[in-house]
Amino acid sequence: MPEAILSLSNVTKQFGALLASDNVSLDLMPGEIHALIGPNGAGKSTLIKQIAGEIKSDSGDIRFAGRDIGDLDAVERSRMGLARTFQVSSLMPEFSVLQNVVLAQQSVSGKIFRFFKPVLSDASLLEPAMAQLERVGLADRAQMRAADISHGERRQLEMAVALALKPRAFLLDEPMAGMGPEGSKRLTGFLDGLRAEAPILLVEHDMDAVFALADRISVLVYGRVIATGTVDDIRGNEDVKRAYLGEEA
Amino acid sequence: MSMNRETILNIVLAALLIAVPVIAQIMGEPFIITLATKVAILGMAGVGLNIALGYGGLVSFGHAAFFGIGGYAAGILASHALNYEPIMTAPFEINGTTQMIVIWIVALIASALVALLIGAITLRTSGVYFIMITLAFAQMIYYFAISWPAYGGEDGLSIYVRNSFPGLNTLDPISFFALCAAMLGVAIAFSAVLIRSRFGLALHGARQNSQRMMAIGIAPFRVRLVAFVISAMITAWAGALYADLNRFVSPSMLSWHMSGEIMVFVILGGVGRLFGPVAGAALYIILEHLLGGMFEYWQLPLGILLLVVVLFARGGLIGLLAGERKHA
Repeated sequence: MPEAILSLSNVTKQFGALLASDNVSLDLMPGEIHALIGPNGAGKSTLIKQIAGEIKSDSGDIRFAGRDIGDLDAVERSRMGLARTFQVSSLMPEFSVLQNVVLAQQSVSGKIFRFFKPVLSDASLLEPAMAQLERVGLADRAQMRAADISHGERRQLEMAVALALKPRAFLLDEPMAGMGPEGSKRLTGFLDGLRAEAPILLVEHDMDAVFALADRISVLVYGRVIATGTVDDIRGNEDVKRAYLGEEA
Repeated sequence: MSMNRETILNIVLAALLIAVPVIAQIMGEPFIITLATKVAILGMAGVGLNIALGYGGLVSFGHAAFFGIGGYAAGILASHALNYEPIMTAPFEINGTTQMIVIWIVALIASALVALLIGAITLRTSGVYFIMITLAFAQMIYYFAISWPAYGGEDGLSIYVRNSFPGLNTLDPISFFALCAAMLGVAIAFSAVLIRSRFGLALHGARQNSQRMMAIGIAPFRVRLVAFVISAMITAWAGALYADLNRFVSPSMLSWHMSGEIMVFVILGGVGRLFGPVAGAALYIILEHLLGGMFEYWQLPLGILLLVVVLFARGGLIGLLAGERKHA
């Protein structure tokens, strides 16, 4: 069995009396899409923040690419190849769509402290950035301000920025949120191909997308993983039905 | 590059700044040349602050510290040179100098070191806390200067003869103006290049969204710290010129009034606009002399003007004349 690229063991986070993450253990294998589902308030976003390094865990271990990353901050984890998208688009609103991706490209190049050469005529940044925009279907919006594009387009831009980082794993926090059915379908097709590039930990409410994409699903309820398994396992699991699917389906 | 309205406005401003003292020279009005020199120098101090405040969103209320460090670099080095007293004798002898180039280098290095220290501490805070802590650091340096008798303490330090620059009679007002205007040009050109560079993009990004910066693997703190240091160095350079303009340096260059004034130049002219600080400094000095001649409380209408700018014309003078800023 290949080694997991990302693995959490007994990760816990408590906010006051609220146990946001309760002994969470899960892993992300090379080439897979591992979906993380659960009702609102189950702690999915908190868990993503813990993995991304934005929130420090109270206890437990997070290993990424064969290394304990518990002491690394968000910047260091990103530089190790952990790329996340945000549930609520978090972009540079005053930048053009292209500049948003160029900045990520610049981070990957490792050369931030260059003070003289104009960045927006630097083909070594512009070309790969444009290529990412083309991949997500946003090339024709390249020169628009990020604040002025539609909600769905901002979700696409989030993806383009993550792609530009050339990560070893993606953490996607509800990439379909607020996208129309057409957009969701297109993104589903896109993510399907993306898993070959890097495995994806996918938080998503869109069950059609989850069932279509996931190699494995973990169900989070009140901060606890109550089940992990294939799509069929999860569909047939009584606890899951009771705690989660039963309410919505 | 196509010429947009702001570029044209900038060219007009630069032409005016050069034309006014030239005409004053022809008409025999040295006082106006001195005023124009003041605009160039204070504008340059604002160009420095604009890098932190305008591009980086770092509202430093302590830039007088750097302005004053530049001023004291000029004052201290010149006073040692003019009095033939070495600055130190052991383990080796260091003498003062009246060469501006050496003074500038000392001002740049000293301000960079102080800014690195102040920035490393203050940039861990943000918002109002950042404003207050930068103010506190500047006040510490201010009181230090007041209580240090070796260099005049509260009375300040006179520079009997303006420091010299190779091939130039710096005592001639128009020549000294030309020198200051050229240095302002260097500062503006540098910041124009800087904001279009990789670093500039990162700095604009750090202002807009820290969370996103971290997610793509760039530590905003480091970007801000470098910007703060560069910003301080340009303001200190202007401070060295200001001391030479007045042939005098005193703790007032380090006071919070001065910090506020430099900030007013940037806000009046247009935050984050290349020529904003120059336009702001020009407007400030013109008002100071028009209104100041008329009545004692000239800062009252200035205060009202500032209020109007903040409330209704966020882009300042440049924004009013050239329209909204193009994206980043």
